[in-house]
Amino acid sequence: MLVLLEDEKMLADSASELLSSVSPVSQQRALRDESNELGFYPEVWQQFVEMGWTAIPFAEELGGLAFSYKGLTAVFEQVGRHLTASPLLSSIALCGSAIECCASAEQQNAWLPELIAGEQRYAFGFDEQMFHDIDHMAITAEVTSDTVVLNGQKTMVMDGVGADAYLILVKQKDGFDLYRVPSDAFGLSCARVNMIDSRNYANVTLQHVTLPIAAKLNETTLSQETIQAVLDVGRVCLAAELLGISEQLFATTVDYLKTRVQFDVPIGSFQALQHRAAWLFTELELSRSCVLNAAISLDEFKAGHISAHKLSREVSLALYKVSTMTDKVTTQAIQLHGGIGVTDELDLGLFLKRARMAQCQLGDRDFHQLRYARTIIK
Amino acid sequence: MSLDDFRQDTRKWLATHCPESMRTAIPEGELVWGASHVEFVNDDQKAWFNAMRDKGWFCPDWPTEYGGGGLDPAQQKVLEQELKAINARPPQINLGIWMLGPVLLEYGTEAQKQRFLPPMARGEVRWCQGFSEPNAGSDLASIRTFAEDKGDHYEINGSKIWTSYGDKSDMMYGVFRTDKQVKHAGISLFVLDMKSPGITVRPIDLIAGKSAFCEVFFDKVKVPKDNLIGAVNQGWELAKKLLQHERISMSKFGEFTLPNHFSLLPAIREYMATRKANLDASLPQQAFAAMMDEHAFNLTAQRMKDEMIAKQSNPGLMSIMKLVHTEQEKHKFELLLDLLGYQALGQSGAPFSEPQLALTKGWLTSFTTTIAGGSSEIQLNLIAKRVLQLPDAKSGG
Ligand SMILES: Cc1cc2nc3c(=O)[nH]c(=O)nc-3n(C[C@H](O)[C@H](O)[C@H](O)COP(=O)(O)OP(=O)(O)OC[C@H]3O[C@@H](n4cnc5c(N)ncnc54)[C@H](O)[C@@H]3O)c2cc1C
Repeated sequence: MLVLLEDEKMLADSASELLSSVSPVSQQRALRDESNELGFYPEVWQQFVEMGWTAIPFAEELGGLAFSYKGLTAVFEQVGRHLTASPLLSSIALCGSAIECCASAEQQNAWLPELIAGEQRYAFGFDEQMFHDIDHMAITAEVTSDTVVLNGQKTMVMDGVGADAYLILVKQKDGFDLYRVPSDAFGLSCARVNMIDSRNYANVTLQHVTLPIAAKLNETTLSQETIQAVLDVGRVCLAAELLGISEQLFATTVDYLKTRVQFDVPIGSFQALQHRAAWLFTELELSRSCVLNAAISLDEFKAGHISAHKLSREVSLALYKVSTMTDKVTTQAIQLHGGIGVTDELDLGLFLKRARMAQCQLGDRDFHQLRYARTIIK
Repeated sequence: MSLDDFRQDTRKWLATHCPESMRTAIPEGELVWGASHVEFVNDDQKAWFNAMRDKGWFCPDWPTEYGGGGLDPAQQKVLEQELKAINARPPQINLGIWMLGPVLLEYGTEAQKQRFLPPMARGEVRWCQGFSEPNAGSDLASIRTFAEDKGDHYEINGSKIWTSYGDKSDMMYGVFRTDKQVKHAGISLFVLDMKSPGITVRPIDLIAGKSAFCEVFFDKVKVPKDNLIGAVNQGWELAKKLLQHERISMSKFGEFTLPNHFSLLPAIREYMATRKANLDASLPQQAFAAMMDEHAFNLTAQRMKDEMIAKQSNPGLMSIMKLVHTEQEKHKFELLLDLLGYQALGQSGAPFSEPQLALTKGWLTSFTTTIAGGSSEIQLNLIAKRVLQLPDAKSGG
C-alpha cells in the first residue's frame, strides 16, 4: 500500500510534534554559528533514543521494535522538514543495518543493543574519493591468522567526529570485508571536514591499525549486492529527508506567493509564477510516490519478497526523482523570494545547503540514473 | 436476491453469453459504436452486443422503464468486477449513455426521458458532443453559436469545431447561446438531429492525417422547443455535469483504448547497438530519465488507488494525473524519434513496418493530448488555484 498505515502515521505525527518543540530550524543555525564540532546536540539525540526511533527497524531480541522501514523513513521525512541534525542516519540506518546484515549473531548481541540505546555511536567509512563510489578503494587489510592490519583513509565519514567506533569497508578482489575499529585504536586519526551544511563529517586515517581478527564482521566475503542493500537503507532515509526538506521549502514559498505584494497584487496571482508552483507541486507528488515505494521495497527485501536487484532499482528511482525535484524546489524557493531569498536571515539557505550535501552523500542524480539504467539493461 | 446469488448468476450468464473472442484486449479498429446503423466486423461482436443490449446492461444502473438494467450500485459493481475478471470487451461505445444519459435522467422531462433514453439504452443512436467553437476553446463559456427563440422553435446559426465523429453521428447534444448579454448565464443545452436541414459537417485533417474530428456548420437550423434540456440558460450548469461524466468515462475508456503502447527500452537497445553508444551517452541518459519519470507516474497512479482504498484521498493528486501523463507521453515520442532516426519518420510503404508507421502517427497524435480535454496550461491553472489556492490572476481562466 502506497500510503502510510495508521501506526506509521502516528509515528510521523509524533515525530513532527517532537521535532517542532525540541529541534526547530533555529538549532541548525545555532550549530553553524557556534561552529559546533559535533554538528548535532546530544540532548536531541537522546530524545530520538527515548522516542524509540533508534530501535525501529531491528529485531526485538536485540532491543529493537521490529517496526517497518516505512516507519523509519516517515521519521526521516520529518527530520528533513525540521532540518534536524542527528546521527540517526550514520549510526542507526547505516551502521545498525550493516551489523544486522553482515555481523555474526554474537557480534550483533554485543553491539546492536548499545547502539539502539544510544550508549554507543558508530560511524561508517566507505567512500575514499570526493564523490560516492565504493568500487574504487585504496585501503588495504592484511589478514594473518589472528590479526588484521588496516592501512588507508576514509573520507566524508558521516558523524565521524566523536564516534565510539567505525565500521570500515574494505574492497577485496571478489567483494568486500567490513571491520569494526574502535575510535581509540592505535594508528587511527580523525579530522573534521567542514562542509556547507555544518554537519559532522570526518576524514578517518588508518595507519597500521592492528586489530584482533574478531574485529571483522563477515565470515565470508560480502557481495556487492549485500553492501549495496545496506547502503540502500541509508539512501531511502536520505530520499525521505530530501522529500521533507522540499516539502518545507515549497510550503514556505507558496505562503510567500500569497503574502508578498508587488504591483498592488500578491505575486502569486502572476500566472508565470503560478505555473512554476504547480509544476513543483506535481514533481513533489511524483517523488513522494517513489520514496514511499522505495521504503516499502526495503521492507519487502528484508522479508525476502523481492530481490536485491529490484531493490536497487526502486531505491535509485527514488533518489533520482527526489534529487531532481529538490534541485528545482530549492532554486525556485530562492528565486521566488527575490532579494530576501539570498539573505542569511531566512532559513532557505540552511535548507539549500543541507539538501545539496544530502544529494551527494550516497550517490548523486547521475549515479542513480546509471544504476537504474543498469538494472534494466544488462 | 442476495449479492452472492447475483454474482453467481452474472458469472454463469457471462460464461454462456460472452464469446471467447470478446475476452481479449480490443484493437482500436474493432471498437463497436452504438448507432442507427451498427457495423460489426464479426458475428461474435454482434452476439455480444445483442446479449448485453437485451439484458439492459449497456446502462446497467438505469431504471428498467428507460431500458436500463435496474441494478443497484452494489450489483453494478459486481457486474463490473465480473466483466473485468473475464477481460470482457465493452460491447459498445456510446457517448449518449456515458455523458448525456445521466444528465437526462436528472434534468430531463418525463417526455424527454421516454423519447431519448430507451433508444440510447438499446445502442440505436450515435451521439456527438457539440461544445467547442472556433472562438471558444479553453474558454468554453464564450461560445457564440446562437439558438434564437422563434416562438414555436429555436433557430441555430454558427459553428462547432472538434466534434468527434460529427460525420457519423445521428444526434448531437451541445451548448448554444440563448442570451447574448451575459456570459455563463446565457447558455442552454440542446439535443438535435444531425440530419436537420442546414447542418453541414466537414471532417478535419490533422497533422497526423485523417481524423474523427469535424467542423459542424449551422445555417438556420430549426430545432423543436422540446429539444431544450433543463431550463433556458441553465446550460452551463448542465455542461459542467456532462464534463464530469466525461472525465469518469474517459478514465474507463482509457483502460481499453491504450493498446498502442510504445516503449522506450527496445529503442534504447537498438540505438546503443547500432550507434555503438554506452549507457551514459546523452540520448540513452535522457531516455532512461523519461523511463524513470514514467515509472514515477505509474507509482503515483497506484498511490492514488491505494489512497482511495485507505480513504485518504487527496484531490491534489487527481489534478496532476492528466497533465503529467500527457506531457510525459509527448516527451516520450520525441525521444523515440531521436533514438530511431529515419525509421520513425516514414510516411507509408517499404521499408517501414506497421509498428514503425504507427509510431510516427502516435507522435503526431500526441500533440493533441496536451491541448484537448483541458490543455496543460489550463491544468496548471487549476492546480495553482484549487490545490495551492493561489490568488486569482486579474483575468483569464
Ligand atoms: C484532437 C482534439 C479533440 C478534441 N475533441 C473535442 C471534443 O470532442 N469536444 C469538444 O467540445 N472539444 C474538443 N476539442 C477542443 C478542445 O477542448 C480545445 O481545443 C481546447 O479546449 C483548447 O481550446 P483551443 O483549441 O481553442 O485553444 P485556446 O483555448 O485558444 O488555447 C491556445 C493556447 O492558449 C493557452 N491558454 C488558453 N487559455 C489560457 C489561460 N487561461 N491560461 C494560460 N494559457 C491559456 C492554451 O493552453 C493553448 O496553449 C478537441 C481538441 C482537439 C485538438
